[in-house]
Amino acid sequence: MSSVNLFNFTTIAYFSAMILFVGYLVTRKEGVSLVANIATWIGFVLHTGAIGLRWYESYQMLGADGRAPLSNLYESVVFFAWTIVLIYILLDLKYKQRAVGAFVVPFAFLGMTWAQLNLNDAIDPLVPALQSNWLTYHVITCFLGYACFAVACGVSIMYLIKSGKEQNNAESTPAGGVMSLFPSIRVLDDINYKAIMIGFPLLSLGIITGAAWANYAWGTYWSWDPKETWSLIVWFVYAAFLHARFTRGWVGRKAAWLSVFGFAATIFCYLGVNLVLSGLHSYGGG
Amino acid sequence: MNAKKSSFFDHVWDFFCSLKLAISTLILLALTSIIGTVIQQNANPQDYVREYGETAYRIFSALNFLDMYHSWWFLTLLTLFAVNLICCSIKRLPRILKLVNQPNLDPDERFYKTMANGGELTVGLAPEKVRDRLAEFLGRKFARPRVAEGEGIIQLFAQKMPWARFSVYVTHLSILVIFLGAILGTVWGYKAYVNIPEGSSTDKVWPRGSDTPIDLGFEVRCDRFEVQFYPGGMRPKEFVSDLVVLENGREVEKKTIEVNNPLTYKGITFYQSSYGPMGDPQFHFKVRERATGKTVTVVAHKGQPVRLPGGQAFRVADFTEHFQTFGSAARIEMLPDLAGKNPAGRSRKSFVVLQKFPEFDAQRGGEYIFSLLDYKQRYYTGLQVAKDPGVWVVWLGCFFLVAGTFSAFFLSHRRLWVTVRAEGGKTHVRYGANAHRNQAAFAIWFEDFARDFEESLKK
Repeated sequence: MSSVNLFNFTTIAYFSAMILFVGYLVTRKEGVSLVANIATWIGFVLHTGAIGLRWYESYQMLGADGRAPLSNLYESVVFFAWTIVLIYILLDLKYKQRAVGAFVVPFAFLGMTWAQLNLNDAIDPLVPALQSNWLTYHVITCFLGYACFAVACGVSIMYLIKSGKEQNNAESTPAGGVMSLFPSIRVLDDINYKAIMIGFPLLSLGIITGAAWANYAWGTYWSWDPKETWSLIVWFVYAAFLHARFTRGWVGRKAAWLSVFGFAATIFCYLGVNLVLSGLHSYGGG
Repeated sequence: MNAKKSSFFDHVWDFFCSLKLAISTLILLALTSIIGTVIQQNANPQDYVREYGETAYRIFSALNFLDMYHSWWFLTLLTLFAVNLICCSIKRLPRILKLVNQPNLDPDERFYKTMANGGELTVGLAPEKVRDRLAEFLGRKFARPRVAEGEGIIQLFAQKMPWARFSVYVTHLSILVIFLGAILGTVWGYKAYVNIPEGSSTDKVWPRGSDTPIDLGFEVRCDRFEVQFYPGGMRPKEFVSDLVVLENGREVEKKTIEVNNPLTYKGITFYQSSYGPMGDPQFHFKVRERATGKTVTVVAHKGQPVRLPGGQAFRVADFTEHFQTFGSAARIEMLPDLAGKNPAGRSRKSFVVLQKFPEFDAQRGGEYIFSLLDYKQRYYTGLQVAKDPGVWVVWLGCFFLVAGTFSAFFLSHRRLWVTVRAEGGKTHVRYGANAHRNQAAFAIWFEDFARDFEESLKK
C-alpha cells in the first residue's frame, strides 16, 4: 500500500462523508449525521496514516535526504485538507453541531480531489532554500490558521443563508425546514468568532516564522514579496473583523461577509499568488 | 469660543481614538497593498512602458505605484495606523488601570445585581468564622482574598489574572515595537551583496541600488565554493562556501556557510545567495593514440588549441556538467594541424566525451581516444550581506504580538466579591463573580464553584 493509494481512500471517505452530511440535511435523521461523522473520522485516520506513510516513503526513496511531507503544492494541499478536518473534528467535539460538517468537509474533499487528480505527487529531495526547520514550523502554523479560516467561512455561509431566510420571513421566527438543523445564528456567529480568534494568532505565528526563516536564509525578514504582502492583507482583513465585533453596525451579516472575504483572500494568498502572480514560494516546481 | 475650541480638539482626539478609524485603516491597508502585488515593484522604466504603455507608466509613476510600499501615502496610512494605536491606548489605559488597581471593595446589592453569576445564603456560623473559612476556601480554590471589615459587615474581594486586561494593549504596543525595529534597521542597517572569487577576499560590499561600496572594517575571504547535486539530476542539494574573516591579516573567524546557515561577524551577516563560474574550467584529458597505444595526459582550457604528440591538435569546443543524464561532458573538436591538413581518417571532426564513461570514445574509431579525467572550474560565491541592528527589536515585538493576542483571546480577568453580614444571630452571605472574557465557560465553572463555596460554610 503506497501513500498515494491511502490518499485515494481518504478522498473516498471524505466524499462519502460529504454526501452523508448533505443527506442529513435532507432527511433530518440524526443517524445519518452519525454515519457522516464516522466517515469523517475514518477519512481523518486514513489521512493521518497516509501523511505518515509518505514521510516514511521519503526516507526509503531518498535515504538521509528524507523530509516531512510539507514541501510542494501536492503535499501542502493534502496537509491543508488534513488541518481543515482536524479543526472540524475539534469543533464537533465541543459544539456537536453536525450540520456544520456539510459546509466544512467539502473544502477538504475538494482539496484532496484536486491534489489526487491534478498535482504532481513525486517525492523530490529539498532544494537548498527549503532545507530548514523553519519550513515545518512555518507550514504547520500557516495551515492551522488557514483551516480555522476555512471553518469560519463555512459557518459564515450558514449564517448568511439562515439569517437571510429569517429576514425574508415576515416575523423573525427561527427558520424551519433544513434550516432547523443549522445551529442558531447566535451559535454560528459565536463559532465564526472563536474560529477566527484561534486562526488569527496562528496566522500571525505563520507570518512571523516565515519572516524569521527569510531573515535566516537571506537576511531580510520582510521584502514585500507578493506572498508576504498577501499574507499581510489576510492579516489586515481578520484584524478588521476582530475589531468590527466591538462596533455596532458591523456585527451579524457584515461580520459574516468579512469572514467570507477573509477566506477568499486566504485562498488567493495560498494559491492565487502562485498561479497568477510571481515571487518566492514556487512550491518547488510542484 | 473656548468651549467650541476644546470641542473641536475633542472631535479630533475622538477621531484618532476611534474604532472606526482602526477598521477603515486596516481595510484601506489591505486594499492598497494589493496594488504592489499586481504591478511589479522597482522594475526598469522600459519594462513598465513595454507592459502598460507610456501613459499608464506616467500615471503609475505619479501615484507612486512603482515603489508603493515606500510611497508617502502608504507610509501615511501606516503612520495613521500607529497614531490610532497610540491614541486609543492612551484613552483607555487609565480606565483599565483604575479597574485593576482600585476594585470596588464595598459592593452593595445594586452592584451584585449587575453580575451574571452569584447567589446568597444564610448560615449559622459567626461572621468571623465565615470570614476565616472563606479566606481559606478562596485561597485554595480561587485566589487569596482582600478583606475589608466595617460596622457589622465584612467584604472579601478576590481576583485572578488582572493583568489579562492589559493583553490587548500588549498586542497594540507590539505593533509599534515592530515598527520601531523596522525603522532602526532602515536607519542604521543596510542590505548589500558581494561576489567573492574562490581564493580571494574583499573588505567592501555593495548596497542595493547604489554605486558607493560600504567598508566592512574587516576582510572576508572565500577559500572554496562548491555546488552539490542530488544523484542523477540537476537538482541542487547544497551551495557551500568556506569563509574566513580576517582582521589586519589575521584569521579571526572561520565558517562553512550554506543556504540557511549564514556567518555573522560584528553584527554583519553573510548569506549564501548565488554563485557563478570564474573564467573557463581547466580540463585534464587522457589521450591514447590508437595506432601506437601511446598515452599522454594533457591540460586544456576551453576554446584553446592543444597540441597532441602525433602533430595534430584539438580544442574543447563546449562543456556542460549535465549532458542529459550522463553527467559532465566535453565536446572536442579536432583542428587542422600546422600544415593546414584536416584531421585524417574517417573520424568526425567534433565529438562528445563523457567523464563517467572513459572507454566510450574508443567506439568512435578515431585516431585518438579521449577520456576526460577531471576538470576544475573556479567559482565566485555570491553573498547577501545584511546589517540590521533593529532585527531583535522586531522579534521582541513579534513575541509580544503572539503572546498578546493569545492572552487577549483566551485569558480572562475573573473577579469575585463576597459580602458577609450579621443578621439576627445568623450570618448572611452574598456573593457574585464575573469574567471579562469567555463568559459562557466561566458560568459553567462557576456552577461547580458555587456549590463547593456554599458547602464550605455548612456543617
